[in-house]
Amino acid sequence: MSRMAATRDGYGDALLALADNDKVVVLEADLGKSTKSLHFRKAFPDRTISCGIGEQNMLLVAAGMASNGYIPFASTFAIFTERAFEQMRNGVARPNLAVHLCGSHGGTHTGTDGSSAQSIEDLAIYRTLPNVVVMHPCDDVSTKQLTMQLPNLGGPSYMRTARNKTPVLYDGKEDQIRIGKGVVLREGTDVAIIACGVLVHESLDAAEKLAEQGISVAVVDMHTIKPLDTELVDRLSKQCGAIVTAEDHSIIGGLGGAVSEHVVSSYPVPVEKIGVHDRFGESAGADEMLEMMGLKSHHISDAVKRVIARKA
Amino acid sequence: MIFYSISNTTIKGHSQRETAVGREMAGMTVSEMEEMARKCRIEICKMTHRAQAGHPGGSLSEIDILCGLYGHRLRVKSDDPDWNDRDRFILSKGHASPGMYAVLAEMGFISHEDLKSYRVKGGVCQGHVDMKWCPGVDFSAGSLGMGLSFGMGCAVAAKLDGSSRNAYVMVGDGEIQEGSVWEAAMAAAHHELGNLKLFVDCNRIQNDDFCEAQMRMFDIPSKWKSFGWAVKVIDGHDMSSIVESIDWMDSITDKPAVVIANTVKGKGVSFMEDNPAFHGAAPSDEQLAIALSELGVTV
Repeated sequence: MSRMAATRDGYGDALLALADNDKVVVLEADLGKSTKSLHFRKAFPDRTISCGIGEQNMLLVAAGMASNGYIPFASTFAIFTERAFEQMRNGVARPNLAVHLCGSHGGTHTGTDGSSAQSIEDLAIYRTLPNVVVMHPCDDVSTKQLTMQLPNLGGPSYMRTARNKTPVLYDGKEDQIRIGKGVVLREGTDVAIIACGVLVHESLDAAEKLAEQGISVAVVDMHTIKPLDTELVDRLSKQCGAIVTAEDHSIIGGLGGAVSEHVVSSYPVPVEKIGVHDRFGESAGADEMLEMMGLKSHHISDAVKRVIARKA
Repeated sequence: MIFYSISNTTIKGHSQRETAVGREMAGMTVSEMEEMARKCRIEICKMTHRAQAGHPGGSLSEIDILCGLYGHRLRVKSDDPDWNDRDRFILSKGHASPGMYAVLAEMGFISHEDLKSYRVKGGVCQGHVDMKWCPGVDFSAGSLGMGLSFGMGCAVAAKLDGSSRNAYVMVGDGEIQEGSVWEAAMAAAHHELGNLKLFVDCNRIQNDDFCEAQMRMFDIPSKWKSFGWAVKVIDGHDMSSIVESIDWMDSITDKPAVVIANTVKGKGVSFMEDNPAFHGAAPSDEQLAIALSELGVTV
């Protein structure tokens, strides 16, 4: 049994690890205990700016600090970042200020808090903004690695983390993680599953069961949704001739949207999308939500078989 | 190390600045600043007339304060607009950009030739002030209610740097109907940002109509006071009062300070004064001639 951890803990660890850089500052909107920026706040209160329950102000305070040479890391729930979307658009992305926004508790996997807290559209909306890098890592190790690379990015970013624990994949494999580069976790020749976040592990489970049935499936952790690793997508399209995308996010505009948009204009192959089908969630356990939304490994396996049937 | 690059969608425009004469520091007399304001009013009328678009009303209401701030106080260098330890000025009511461009030309950040690029493709004078396009602009404006938060970020950064630089912000009175202004007002007072200074240009008119008709704001000074700010009310067209209020602001070091400036929309051009039609409308050829004549331009 692999180690279990929540990606938000990787974010909190990374902020502490970045503290040696005295330009790194943390901004909170009363959810530091949840997003895990609290560890930084406890160690470096002078470099932590409480913005109260005011996300719109937080984003622009961060922008102002970035314009003065600081490297701000602002976090709240993914859903609450969305009320500051225009601030992110006009105040951060447009002037290309290196503000790093982290939305925790993303996806239906957030669970019992219910649909108001389950952001299923964050990846889609931030992906539309020029200059903004969009990430959704699958474990605490990759979250930490990606976060630690952000000060060198030179532009703004959005990262979704998740509330609940998932199996850790990258212990001892930290050097595999690079912003903008998908990780091939398993090679295959019949279908490529391109996944992000909590569905990476579900995809690996699906691939393993499909292998027992003689179906060879590649699995990719596409932790960076924008810019998409199109080189890798093209290679897999040619190698496998079919793609399944998997994400705890609306099937509209997220990873599935990004991959589909690229594939149709590059090397067209059939694509099946696993994601939330244009509906809201409800209160239930994390695993119950994945089952309810059709995001479990058996749903992914079914999608693999569907996409094979569509191959020319 | 940059892991990869993404295209930057904005490129700073090319200023004709070599023709401009730079001013290193503030320190003008009241009469010099009054004369600068008169010249800026002329440019505001010409710019909006040339573009046949833009916002003359709010530019004319703010212009005396901008001239007072740049002429009397702001520590900026026109030959080094990105000097890190400069005071910041954030025009949050970014539609009133002609006023700011006129001042930046007077101060030598851009040339008077640049003013012809207002709203023109590739010009430094974008429709709304933009830090990526125009030297001397510290904030990319356009959406109301954003500048005070950005200024707060500049003020927090200055404190962390141990710098004495200030962040000055200007908002319109209609603008404070945006809820996010009050998020910033509360946060700035909480953080005791004595280096954050705000002007509210109370010209009593917003896009569609008088503020009184659109959204009554009742007692504006009391609102700021109750949020924990130091508050002063002035006549925003009296240069001596403007200078005094800037000195007063600088004397406040333990909390943010706001000057509520009572102004007249379209001030200085008779047919624009107190006229909601000139919030966002350009003068015609005939109207420009009248305006220039009223502003002392002899043909």
